[in-house]
Amino acid sequence: MIRVEHLQKNFGQLHALKDVSLEVDKGEIVSLIGPSGSGKSTLLRCIHGLEKPDRGNIYMNDELMDPQNKEKYREQRNHMGFVFQHFNLFPHMTVLDNLNLAQTEVLGRSKEEATKKSLELLKRVGLQEKKDAYPNNLSGGQKQRVAIARALCMDPDMMLFDEPTSALDPEMIKEVLEVMKDLGKHGMTMIVVTHEMGFARKVGSRVVFLDHGEIIEDAPSEEFFSNPKSDRAKDFLSKVFYE
Amino acid sequence: MFVALDKVFTMENVLYLGKGALISLGMAILSLLIGLVLGVLGASAKRSRFFILRAIGNFYVEIIRGTPMLLQILMLFSVVPSIYTAITGNVLRINVYLIGVIAMSINSGAYSTELIRSGINGVDKGQWEACETLGLSSWQTMKLVILPQAFKLIVPPVISEFITLIKDSSLTSCIGAIELLKASQVLGARYYDAMSPYTLAAIFYLIMTISISYIGKHVEKRLAASD
Ligand SMILES: Nc1ncnc2c1ncn2[C@@H]1O[C@H](COP(=O)(O)OP(=O)(O)O)[C@@H](O)[C@H]1O
Ligand SMILES: [Mg+2]
Repeated sequence: MIRVEHLQKNFGQLHALKDVSLEVDKGEIVSLIGPSGSGKSTLLRCIHGLEKPDRGNIYMNDELMDPQNKEKYREQRNHMGFVFQHFNLFPHMTVLDNLNLAQTEVLGRSKEEATKKSLELLKRVGLQEKKDAYPNNLSGGQKQRVAIARALCMDPDMMLFDEPTSALDPEMIKEVLEVMKDLGKHGMTMIVVTHEMGFARKVGSRVVFLDHGEIIEDAPSEEFFSNPKSDRAKDFLSKVFYE
Repeated sequence: MFVALDKVFTMENVLYLGKGALISLGMAILSLLIGLVLGVLGASAKRSRFFILRAIGNFYVEIIRGTPMLLQILMLFSVVPSIYTAITGNVLRINVYLIGVIAMSINSGAYSTELIRSGINGVDKGQWEACETLGLSSWQTMKLVILPQAFKLIVPPVISEFITLIKDSSLTSCIGAIELLKASQVLGARYYDAMSPYTLAAIFYLIMTISISYIGKHVEKRLAASD
């Protein structure tokens, strides 16, 4: 589905990503974990093209994603949905308009088609009764579910999540994770940057552990958690789990 | 002080000042609107990816903000006729109100440039990114997502720019525009009492500025409704 080869990204003197390679197959749920500042967001953002890597290539279905090839690149990016930590809903629009906007403007759907799709997805995330609400009148968990629905409206083949529950109050984390779990069940390919180890272990199929801009471990979830190989991963896990 | 208040305070004179006030208001409105158009252009230039456009934008803003408006009015007043004569060979019968509006518009445009630019910058960067991940073009993003939000941020400073323009339109009295201030001076000279017409002029200014400020507050409140 997506293949990252020898990716490098520097911010000035800082090497945020040093030679990262990664392949994600269709239907996989990859949890990207690691200490803060290890380059998780940068990697995810490079995959979607929000950051331009300094070196390396990204392939989607074995085709190079090349920003120079504008039309193709645009189309390739549209196969990916992105969910942000801080939701980034459009505050001046209702929930329904948030979902409709890109469908009508980018995909050229009619207002009716778009609305039909939007309501379908709002139902899927359990928020159809909020269609006329403004984002600022929603709870954090509701906002994130709307943001997920908004991304899904574009019919992506793959979803990228950057700490989708990190800005939420504890009691709202689960409702968002449930939506993501449901997506996974329906076969969505996902890369999830998360600190929710329970989710990574139970829902995720694979863990990629990043530290200082490098992939230190890449293993099936269960194996990673029960038997981490590297000292850095062991150290990280010992810090994350409170005993 | 108010030696001729009873003579000054007649219907005819109040109407005369009222006409001056309308001229001040008219010039301010026109300059504000033209200035906003210039401001959109200026802000676009300053945000452009082309160095030359950014340089022009910066140059415009710095020159205008760094010199007195009175000087700008006087310069335009003296330079326009000579350019006209140089090009057409004829002598220009100059319309001071037009010169006033042009000068004030150019001036206001520089302030609007900054105000629109900071309004756009004031919108959360995450909004751009969300649009990018949804496949919206930068123009669609600007039009549908950024500007509507920037608008809210821009309204309050635009209101105060409007009030500034009403007051600063008095500067055009120096090139002979008979706006509110000049009108009060005309009456002052006629009755050998400056204070009475000045006071009336002040009242007219305050009626205009306070009403605008009041309407502005109302608009702000309405705009804040979705927050
Ligand atoms: N836009 C940026 N400009 C400069 N430095 C950045 C930028 N984005 C990230 N970084 C730096 O790159 C490193 C990796 O950041 P990030 O990918 O956000 O880490 P993570 O998501 O794992 O916490 C950090 O040291 C961070 O400070
Ligand atoms: Mg991050």
